[in-house]
Amino acid sequence: MTEVQTPAQTVGPFLSLGLATADGPYVVAPDAPDGFWIRGQVRDGAGAVLTDALVETWQAGPDGRFGAAFRGFGRCPTDDDGRYAIRTRKPGPVPAPGGRPQAPHLDVSVFARGLLHRVVTRIYFPDEAGNDADPVLSSVPADRRHTLVATAAGDGYRFDIHLQGDDETVFFRI
Amino acid sequence: MIVHPPLLWPAYRSTLLRAPSREPVLLPHTMTELTAPVFGDDRVSAADADLTYANGGEAQGQRIVVHGQVRDSDGRPVPHTLVEVWQANAGGRYRHKVDRHDAPLDPHFTGAGRVLTDADGHYRFVTIKPGAYPWGNHPNAWRPAHIHFSLFGQAFTQRLVTQMYFPDDPLFAYDPIFNSVPSEAGRRALIAGFDLSATVQAWALGFRFDVVLGGPAATPMEQP
Repeated sequence: MTEVQTPAQTVGPFLSLGLATADGPYVVAPDAPDGFWIRGQVRDGAGAVLTDALVETWQAGPDGRFGAAFRGFGRCPTDDDGRYAIRTRKPGPVPAPGGRPQAPHLDVSVFARGLLHRVVTRIYFPDEAGNDADPVLSSVPADRRHTLVATAAGDGYRFDIHLQGDDETVFFRI
Repeated sequence: MIVHPPLLWPAYRSTLLRAPSREPVLLPHTMTELTAPVFGDDRVSAADADLTYANGGEAQGQRIVVHGQVRDSDGRPVPHTLVEVWQANAGGRYRHKVDRHDAPLDPHFTGAGRVLTDADGHYRFVTIKPGAYPWGNHPNAWRPAHIHFSLFGQAFTQRLVTQMYFPDDPLFAYDPIFNSVPSEAGRRALIAGFDLSATVQAWALGFRFDVVLGGPAATPMEQP
């Protein structure tokens, strides 16, 4: 039996009413010793920041596993400067189909007014030797791979999201 | 059949600068895509499923029961998954700093709730029927009454944010967000049905809204 799937609709401008929680950004506790911040801004095709977007992240625990032992989930609405911040730690290795290793990564969903469905991207880390062999990164045109790799920043990493334009972030079909 | 709206839908003006213009890259399904966060009962209280009472009093408007079943595209129930909802009050006003609609806020209505589905994928909450409200998309633009829904399912691939509408809304024909859904069957799937069996005598009208999530979820066997 195949049912009619429920279509997506935009999260709208008032998403924080339903989806913002105080602990949303904390994939790990604020005092977790191996924790760091991933910070960034979300921009539209004119370069303007989105003040009404929501960034969600999903990742494996340090052992590469998913489950109740590690929350793995983060979410943060953008603020009046279009900024989001997620406090997390590096995920462990997750195999690709066929058993090849993937480089450490976070899956990301972006929701916003003006997005009729979420867009999906990934965050990779700049200090990982495994990036070159990662099957997903390798499938992305070389001149756009940098849009998926965070840059080092003072208290962690920076990952900006460009929904449209010359430096448009790579988004995935899943 | 194409299920979801296109990202670029010029009738909804906000898509013009926000819809990505490049073709998306196919993402293989690894464990990251086949798993999803688990929210325990400790995250949700019974009061979270009753939006009709806040700040020591009852909200204004028509009380309604909204319930339904969450299933995957093979028809299997999705148990113990988080359903988050938010909405305007009976006058069409959101409790949000960005909402400038000149309709009164209701001190006894916050407009946000959450509930977990049970072992059979069923959820139920009680709220106030939201009002229609104007927006700036085009002259005399009004959104049909709706409740925002957010669901996680059992896999990252199943994550869904959508809107539930009410039967026979005269605004459907004029709403570019509702009409961005490419199929008639898909648009119908966004409209709750009036449900006399869920209607509570002398208290609240019942509506049923089933949600069908796409995408596969991992079986425990696949966990490495």
